[in-house]
Amino acid sequence: MSAPLLSVRELKVVVGGRHILHGVDLDVAPAGVTALLGRNGAGKTTTVRGILGLVPRSGSVRYDGHETVGMTTHQLVRRGIGYVPEDRGVFAALTVAENLRLAERDADPAYDLVHELFPELRQRARQAAGTLSGGQQQMVAIGRTLLNRSNRLIIADEPTKGLAPRVVTEVAVALERAAQAVPILLVEQNLALVRRLAGHCVVVADGRTAHAGPAAELLADAEKSRTLLGVGRRADAATGPGGDR
Amino acid sequence: MSTVVLLCITGLGLGALYFLVASGLSLIFGLMDVLNFAHGALLSVGAYATWWAASHSFGYPLALLFGTAVGTLASVALELGLIRPLYRRPREQVLATVGVGLAVPALLSAIWGADARTFPVPGALAGTFTLLGASVPVNRLVLIGAALVVLLALRLFLGRTRHGLVVRAGVEDRAMVTALGIDVRRAFTLVFAIGGAAAALAGGLAGLYFGSVDPTQGGSLLIFGFVVVVMGGLGSVSGAAVACVVVGLVQQFANYYSTAGLGDLSVVVMLAALLLVRPSGLTGRLA
Repeated sequence: MSAPLLSVRELKVVVGGRHILHGVDLDVAPAGVTALLGRNGAGKTTTVRGILGLVPRSGSVRYDGHETVGMTTHQLVRRGIGYVPEDRGVFAALTVAENLRLAERDADPAYDLVHELFPELRQRARQAAGTLSGGQQQMVAIGRTLLNRSNRLIIADEPTKGLAPRVVTEVAVALERAAQAVPILLVEQNLALVRRLAGHCVVVADGRTAHAGPAAELLADAEKSRTLLGVGRRADAATGPGGDR
Repeated sequence: MSTVVLLCITGLGLGALYFLVASGLSLIFGLMDVLNFAHGALLSVGAYATWWAASHSFGYPLALLFGTAVGTLASVALELGLIRPLYRRPREQVLATVGVGLAVPALLSAIWGADARTFPVPGALAGTFTLLGASVPVNRLVLIGAALVVLLALRLFLGRTRHGLVVRAGVEDRAMVTALGIDVRRAFTLVFAIGGAAAALAGGLAGLYFGSVDPTQGGSLLIFGFVVVVMGGLGSVSGAAVACVVVGLVQQFANYYSTAGLGDLSVVVMLAALLLVRPSGLTGRLA
């Protein structure tokens, strides 16, 4: 792998006196999709939140060659990171248009791309985001990250969780399209989607990195998948190990 | 009939004062989760600055502007100097605002004495006009007008500007706002400045309503400001606007038609009854 865009070493997170991460290491390549996998409660979401500084962390998080552990979340994000949180993070009382406008950082936001991928968002621009379906809210969340062409990394935390199959396909297409231009760190339980999108994967278990390597290789090895991810013999099953803390 | 008209206008005038106090409190709590017990102190600072300027031949409009500016600066200084360093320590933050809420009236007493000072009400605002047989003080209309202007300005700010959008989003999910690359601390300072300005304006206008200023005025109005905020729904400016009208009118009518003092009790009973039925207040949302 060429020099990583994001390099995390010995990431530790303590929340409420409880050690959630004991030392996570991961690299995100400057192109393509890197999947972050693990069983329920392994620490995937906390890893993402730790990378972004949304929880107190220690260790090293180097992004684009710069150490970011001392930075605030907004400073780090302004360096070109788009974030799709696990709970979608849409502002319920704001309209779809306002949710998107809030995410604008570029002088020329890519509304054309967002509306091409998710035409519903144009039709529902004046609708309160809280009244959208889960799938439509996810479109808003992903649309916000695609809006800024200056983004150099997208972090998506379980973007297909709880979505109808039709919407999962739409989200997959959007991520695939985004990955052509921007590397993605993808936390995902849908292993079929991981197989389709990810070139590389990192597995966390009990707050530590348990495995790193080509995604196809892990998913092809039923025994390793079962041990690391807790899935059965069909490693490419549509439903994987479930949610995460 | 004339009594009812007079009670209505007076109640609305009092409600206007409550709204000016409560709108800032509501925004500050909604966005920052800060229970600002120093808000009454900001009102007192505005009241005394307006009184001082009006007593030094500034003219009332200019004095009111001066008082509002001083209150705004005091509010920004409070946020930057005391609230911001304690964001991760909410307990200490509450104690600090309580401390300021006690220290400022003590300081004002030390400088100008504990007794009420007569407020130099300008001649044009000292008179009355007749409305449906009632002789209504002109200054009540000034208070109501000022509250309506502030309500309109806040709605425009929240609904039409990017800063307002950030504030509305921040009330819902502060962490997500920062995750979009927005420095939410700037919104904190801005909201504190707006809240401080409204409180200081209330202080300057309270001088008109009561005809005097005293160091404890801010604390007294703050209590009803909190009642209005809770009734309106934490973080909701529109809810605060509705609640302040209800509180002002109930207080006036209960005080007049029963015994003096029963108005305050009626408001507290009404608050308790509302919270039993609607725990999140009248609206439970912003603007």
